[in-house]
Amino acid sequence: MDTTLLATRTQKTAGLLAGILLAAAGIICSIAFGVTNISWRTIIASYTDFNGSQEHLIIQTARTPRALIAAAAGASLAVAGSFMQGITRNPLASPSIFGINAGAAFFIVVGSAFFGASGLSTFATLAFVGAAFTAALVYVLGSIGNDGLTPIKITLAGAALTAFFSSLSLGLLLTGGQTFDQVLYWFVGSVAGRDMGIFTAAAPYMGLAMAGALVLARHMNVLSLGEDVAVGLGQKTVYIKLAAGIVIVLLAGGSVSMAGPIAFVGIIIPHLVRYMVGIDYRWVVPYCAVFGANLLLAADIGSRYISFPKEVPVGVMTAIIGVPFFVYIARRGGRT
Amino acid sequence: MSVIEARSLTLSYGHKPVFAELDLLIPPGKITVLIGSNGCGKSTLLRSLARLLKPQEGSIWLDGSEMSRLSSKEIARRLAILPQGPVAPEGLTVHQLVKQGRYPYQSWLQQWSKEDEKMVKKALEVTDMEDLSDRSIDSLSGGQRQRAWIAMTLAQNTPAILLDEPTTYLDMTHQIEVLDLLFDLNEQESRTIVMVLHDINLACRYAHRIVAVKDGLIYAQGAPETIMNERLIRDVFDMECQVTADPIFGTPLCIPYGRGRKVLQPVMA
Repeated sequence: MDTTLLATRTQKTAGLLAGILLAAAGIICSIAFGVTNISWRTIIASYTDFNGSQEHLIIQTARTPRALIAAAAGASLAVAGSFMQGITRNPLASPSIFGINAGAAFFIVVGSAFFGASGLSTFATLAFVGAAFTAALVYVLGSIGNDGLTPIKITLAGAALTAFFSSLSLGLLLTGGQTFDQVLYWFVGSVAGRDMGIFTAAAPYMGLAMAGALVLARHMNVLSLGEDVAVGLGQKTVYIKLAAGIVIVLLAGGSVSMAGPIAFVGIIIPHLVRYMVGIDYRWVVPYCAVFGANLLLAADIGSRYISFPKEVPVGVMTAIIGVPFFVYIARRGGRT
Repeated sequence: MSVIEARSLTLSYGHKPVFAELDLLIPPGKITVLIGSNGCGKSTLLRSLARLLKPQEGSIWLDGSEMSRLSSKEIARRLAILPQGPVAPEGLTVHQLVKQGRYPYQSWLQQWSKEDEKMVKKALEVTDMEDLSDRSIDSLSGGQRQRAWIAMTLAQNTPAILLDEPTTYLDMTHQIEVLDLLFDLNEQESRTIVMVLHDINLACRYAHRIVAVKDGLIYAQGAPETIMNERLIRDVFDMECQVTADPIFGTPLCIPYGRGRKVLQPVMA
C-alpha cells in the first residue's frame, strides 16, 4: 500500500471535519429516534423548558446519557485499540489483551456474589477498578525480565490473566445461581439504561486520557519503529510505554465501566482509520476518536430497529459487524 | 568527530558473562568494523556502545563524558544506532521514516523546524532515496529498505553512526551499495562509523580498523593489513585459510580451505 485514501493534509482535515459533523448528527439521531416517537419540538423543549412529562423524562434521563455514552465509549475504545495495537505490535490487539474486560467482569461478579453489589452505577465503579487492577497486573507481569516490557510478554500476560479471571468469573456465576441476571446483562455490553451519573463519573478521566493520547502521538510514532530504534533516537521508552498504558487503562477501563465489554470497535476502527489516513498517530488518534464514536452511535441506533420494538444490546450489534471484519483482517495477515 | 570509549566493560546474560573488563577505544573519523564468529559478543559490544544494553560494570564514554550521565536525547544527537533487521510498521513511507530521525531535536515547543526539513532532504539525497520517498517501506527491495533506514540515521545528523550487520540478508549488489554509501559518508563528512560485518573480505576492504572479538575478549585490533593473517582467522573463526592480497584493492583477502571443485585452468577476467 503506497498511498492512503486521504493523502494531503487538506483532505485529512476535511475528512476529520466530516467525521465530526457525522458524529454530531449521530448524537442527535440517537436522541431523536427510538421506540417512543417524540417530536422534534418536544425534544428541544425538554432541554429548554423541562416539564417532567414522560416524553421529557425519556429524552433527559434515557436517550441523552445513552447517546453521550455511546459516543464516549466508541471514541475511547477505538483510540485505546490503536494504542494497544501499537504497544503490542499486534494488529488484532483489543482490550482483552490487557485483561481489561475480564478484570472488570471479575470484579463485578465478586462484588455481586460476596458484597451484594447491584445497579449499573456500582458496576461502573467496580468495572473501572477491576480494569485498572488487571491492566496493572498485566503490565507488571509483562515487564519482568531484563528486556522490560516486550510485545510478546505483554500479550502472553494478558492472555493468561484473561483466561484466569474469566474462569473464576464463570465459576462464581455457575455456583451463584439466579442472583446474576443483572450481571449477565452487563456481560453483553450495552449503552442502554445508564443514567447521566455514569457518564459524568467517567467522562473527565476519559477526556484527560484522550488529551494524553494526542500528546503521546508523536512518541508513539517513534516507538512503533521498535524498542531499539526508539532508544537510539533518544526516547525514554519506559516512560512512553507507561504513559501509553495509563491512557489505555483510562480509555478502555472508562468505556467498559460505562457500557460493559463491547467488542470489535477497538479493532475495526483503527484498521479503517489506517486505511484512510495512514499510520501517523497524530492523525490516527483524532480519527479513531471521531469514527469510533460514529460506529457505536450507528450500531446503537441500529440495535433499536433490528428487531423492533425489542432492542438488541449494542454489544451484539458490534459483534455482528465485527466478526466478518476480524476474519477479513486475519486472512490478510493483519494488513489493512 | 566523535570518540567512543569502553572502559572495563563487564556484561553478562544471566550467569553467562559476555565481557569482563573490556577496554576499547573507537578512533574518531574512521570506519571500525567488529568481526568474530557467531555468538562471540560483537553485536552485544556494539549495542553496549550505543547504550541499548546497560553494562553491569564499567562505563561507556562519549566525547569525554560518561554516557550514563548524558540524557538519552543528548546521546541521540551525537550517536546514531541502526539495530539489526529493523522492521518498519506496515504502510510507513520512506519520508515518514526518515523524519523520525529528527526526534532527538524536537520538544514540546520545537516540533518541526527548517533545520529538520533540511536534514531530512539531505538524508534522502545522500542515500538516493528522493524518488522513493513516498513509497511505503514494505514495498521496497532489501537494499532500498536498508538505505531508507540509513537515511533515517543520517537525518539524526550525528558525528558517529553505529550499524549492527547492515548488510545481512542483502544480495551482493546491495551489500556493496550500502557499504559504498557508508564509505562515502566517512570520506566526505568524516563521520565515525562502527559496524558489525560478517564478510571478512568486505570488512578488510572498507574498514580502517578491525576489531576481532573472540569469547568476549578483543583478540586483535588494528588496520586490516597489519593484523589480518591465517593465525587470526584460525583462532577467531576456527577455520583454516590462506590470506592473500585482493587483486583489485590490495586489501587482505581470505580464502578458506575446505572441499570444493578444483579447476586446472583458472578462469581470469
